[in-house]
Amino acid sequence: MSVRIGVVVFPGSNCDRDTMHALGLAGAEPVELWHEAADLQGAAGVILPGGFAYGDYVRAGVIARFSPVMRSIADFAADGGLVLGICNGFQVLAEAGLVPGALLRNRELRFLGRDVHIAIEQPGTPFTHRAGPRRPLRMPIAHGEGCYYADPALLDELEAQGQVLFRYVRADGSAAGESDDPANPNGSLRAIAGVINAAGNVAGLMPHPERASEAVLGSDDGFGIIASFVASAAERAGTPATVAAGLR
Amino acid sequence: MTVAPAAEDQSLAMPLHRTLGLTDGELEAIQDRLGRPPNDVELAMFSVMWSEHCSYKSSKPLLRTLPTAGAGVVAGPGENAGVISIGDGLAVAFKIESHNHPSAVEPYQGAATGVGGILRDIFTMGARPIAVLDALRFGDPSDARTRHLVDGVVRGVGGYGNCVGVPTVGGELVFDPSYTGNPLVNVMAIGLLEERLLTLAQAPGPGNLVVLFGSATGRDGIGGASVLASATFTHDDPSKRPSVQVGDPFAEKLLIEVSLELIGRGLVEGLQDLGAGGITCATSETADRSGTGMLVDLDAVPRREPDMAPFEILISESQERMLAVIKPDQEAAVREVCRRWGLPCAVIGRVTADHDIRVIVGGLAEDPAADGGLVPGPKSVEVARVPAQALTSDAIVHQRIATAPTRVRSAPAPGASAEPTERLPERGMDPGAVLVALLGSANLSSRRQVFEQYDSTVQVNTVTGPGRGAAVLRVKGTTKGLVASTDANAAVGAFDPWLGAALSVAEATRNVSITGARPLGVTNCLNFGDPTRPEAFWQLSEAVRGLADACRALGLPVTGGNVSLYNESPTGAILPTPEIGVVGLIEDSAYLVGPAFVEDGDAILLVGEAGPGLAGSDYARLGGVAVEDDLPSIDLEAERRLQAWIREAAARGLVASAQDISGGGLAVALAECAMWSGLGARVRLGVSHSPAVDLFGESPTRLVVTTRPRHAPALELLARQFGLPTALLGSVGGERLVMELAGAGATGAAEERGSRVADPIDVPIAQLLQAWDHGLGRALGWGSPASASGDR
Repeated sequence: MSVRIGVVVFPGSNCDRDTMHALGLAGAEPVELWHEAADLQGAAGVILPGGFAYGDYVRAGVIARFSPVMRSIADFAADGGLVLGICNGFQVLAEAGLVPGALLRNRELRFLGRDVHIAIEQPGTPFTHRAGPRRPLRMPIAHGEGCYYADPALLDELEAQGQVLFRYVRADGSAAGESDDPANPNGSLRAIAGVINAAGNVAGLMPHPERASEAVLGSDDGFGIIASFVASAAERAGTPATVAAGLR
Repeated sequence: MTVAPAAEDQSLAMPLHRTLGLTDGELEAIQDRLGRPPNDVELAMFSVMWSEHCSYKSSKPLLRTLPTAGAGVVAGPGENAGVISIGDGLAVAFKIESHNHPSAVEPYQGAATGVGGILRDIFTMGARPIAVLDALRFGDPSDARTRHLVDGVVRGVGGYGNCVGVPTVGGELVFDPSYTGNPLVNVMAIGLLEERLLTLAQAPGPGNLVVLFGSATGRDGIGGASVLASATFTHDDPSKRPSVQVGDPFAEKLLIEVSLELIGRGLVEGLQDLGAGGITCATSETADRSGTGMLVDLDAVPRREPDMAPFEILISESQERMLAVIKPDQEAAVREVCRRWGLPCAVIGRVTADHDIRVIVGGLAEDPAADGGLVPGPKSVEVARVPAQALTSDAIVHQRIATAPTRVRSAPAPGASAEPTERLPERGMDPGAVLVALLGSANLSSRRQVFEQYDSTVQVNTVTGPGRGAAVLRVKGTTKGLVASTDANAAVGAFDPWLGAALSVAEATRNVSITGARPLGVTNCLNFGDPTRPEAFWQLSEAVRGLADACRALGLPVTGGNVSLYNESPTGAILPTPEIGVVGLIEDSAYLVGPAFVEDGDAILLVGEAGPGLAGSDYARLGGVAVEDDLPSIDLEAERRLQAWIREAAARGLVASAQDISGGGLAVALAECAMWSGLGARVRLGVSHSPAVDLFGESPTRLVVTTRPRHAPALELLARQFGLPTALLGSVGGERLVMELAGAGATGAAEERGSRVADPIDVPIAQLLQAWDHGLGRALGWGSPASASGDR
């Protein structure tokens, strides 16, 4: 009995199948959570996948946050449930206030799809503890609104509280600048690629770990993040053994 | 009743059929088929269905000569897309289509709806779209209008493809002055389906219901097919703008999921997307294919705007709409699927036993006595009644006149001076400088700044994305891989359309074969000029002959495609451009071969022989061409052997890397292998013609192949068995590309110094990359790329 992980499907989600595929590689049992349904079907963890929920009209994620499933996810998170938002999912979590900060349009004001490198800033979290030895992780981004923004006070607080989960870095692991540095593809403040909430159970990132979970696709650097999430969810659900089997 | 909007802004004195783009002769042909004069609504229907775009009235006789039979072909020309079995119960659907004129009028929406339209052709057949390749051609990149078009088209392709979640994995971006007033936007889409779910555009079973689902119908795109796609026009003509459709990728994403769910659950008998010709086209084509008719009530069509005239509803090209034929007892299930995804859905009529498309307004009524139970309501009025056949399979066909031009083949290449130039290497220019200039040129430099605006990795299948030759996609749950490429040689086609088409097929299939994959079939988009001009029609007929000859020689079926004519503007006609799309299959992706060098010390082999003929080459475009220069030639039988050989060699694991020699010749091919791997090379080249021809000539049927030194003899032996000449050029290694010329044929600046050996090429990889990375941005005034090639 492998651990059940819910993957939210909004109209316009387009990475839901990819995320379920990666979860399968990690030995989890992915289950679709339809946006109209409040029932999380007993999922031990929930992932909000990438895409263009509700077409991203008005602003990415702004409409999705009001869907029935999001109310249940807010309660789930409040009870300490594990929630991960990837790309558009991160935007939805930010709009819903479940993670701090906001995602603005890319510095170049253009959609950008290419590989980036990120560093894990907090190795001990439920989203990163199985990601292996610290090194730059290469995985794709594909977004038009991925510039992480928060006011200076909040940024300092996030740094102090250890809530900066991922940061864009150069291929050699050196820190990326805030502007005019291709290593920071969207101009994110302090090169922040992903954050975690204060309670440590809700996280979001713009890059796509599910697209870098198999060597055949050019990189499996992202698999550690998926595997960490599945393992953490399994531990909470009390079914760790089957997850280990899913790890390579 | 008011008719075409064109009538309002064009001469009211002109007879209606002419304002609608129909000739007097075509009006007579319509009367012959109806046995009476058409009413205004029927005339509007014919004007769209008999447009070049929908009827292929000029190209049909030519297209009949193409080979269409092939192993595993499940669906061929005439269907929405070609479908070929790949085993394990799976099949691949693919097709390329143009959206040239809409993109010239409104680049963002024109390109976006071009993507949307070709995607619908794919999922209409039950296939989930898994990839898009876009072949784009524009005018002079320094021209302000060109820059506006490039930016809009690229944003449009990305804006739509990124949102629907279909990766853009390849394509082309080519600049030539002939496209200045008439850019080409050709989009190829590929889909994967379970063969058992193959769905056709048909309307079987009188009594079955006709359902319209997707976006509501508006006035956008009224007469797009007839107004835009089928007539020469002056760009920036505001009177044409209402004819450009507006795309909604979010609605398309929902349409994909609804269509595939309906098909997967067996709820549809037939499915057809609404594109050019709108409801008129979808109803008449499906009915004609099944030998049935349809009764359609326009009042039942969900509309976006009030007071739409019947003809507007019938020919509107509003995007993201589908027409389904379903069994009456499935209506509730179909409605539930549409409701779940939030798409409007309406029963607009039923399939009838007669062969007419019968259009009414005023509502349908239930009549259990009638088959299917739906009949015209008491208050209904019939606005049109036309045999489906007359609109589609029995549409008019024109026998156009083809006349060869008097131009001599050895005229200078497009955009090149006819003067024997002082800049040719054999006249003393440093070949290394020529190579760097070629790599930095608008047509050969890196396309990174364009394809980074696309999502190329969604759906987690992308093994090789854009920028590295053919695209490679893995097939989940199998060891199989799909390989795709688009190519067109317009520069050579400008002199010899037969040769241009043959070279296009050869290059597209070669790009697939060098990965180790077996080409499955060919789709094509024929972009040509006004077919009523004998020279333009000669170009089309010659290109179709070249396409047919090449496909027969390579044993490949043409599974479908699209013809785009009237690609002319006040600045003249475009170069004849036969865009070729190829999809190939590799059974075991472990044997995939890439173009980049792999390992220091690997042996570098040249397979095939350089032939003379610099005309039409990128070198000629850059440096001019001597008047005595002719075109390269092609031996299609040798091409077949070359491709069979590289597939066999790859399957035996003898090949480390394989790169075809095309734009920029051998020197550029080697430079790409080096740049893409970061590994240099040192080669010594025996000159058989002249340094310019051997280094930069683009004669076809040649490969640069690398292999472990111990495998080289086996590789060369295999080549001999396939009757292919090979030459050991040198080996991989170092951080520079070094090419020395040797042999009796070698000439050059050094010659004047009494040497028999021309100046060598000796350039650091970093310098090659610098030129290649920045060339496009410089040409388009975009500045430096946001990332360097090293990043990937």
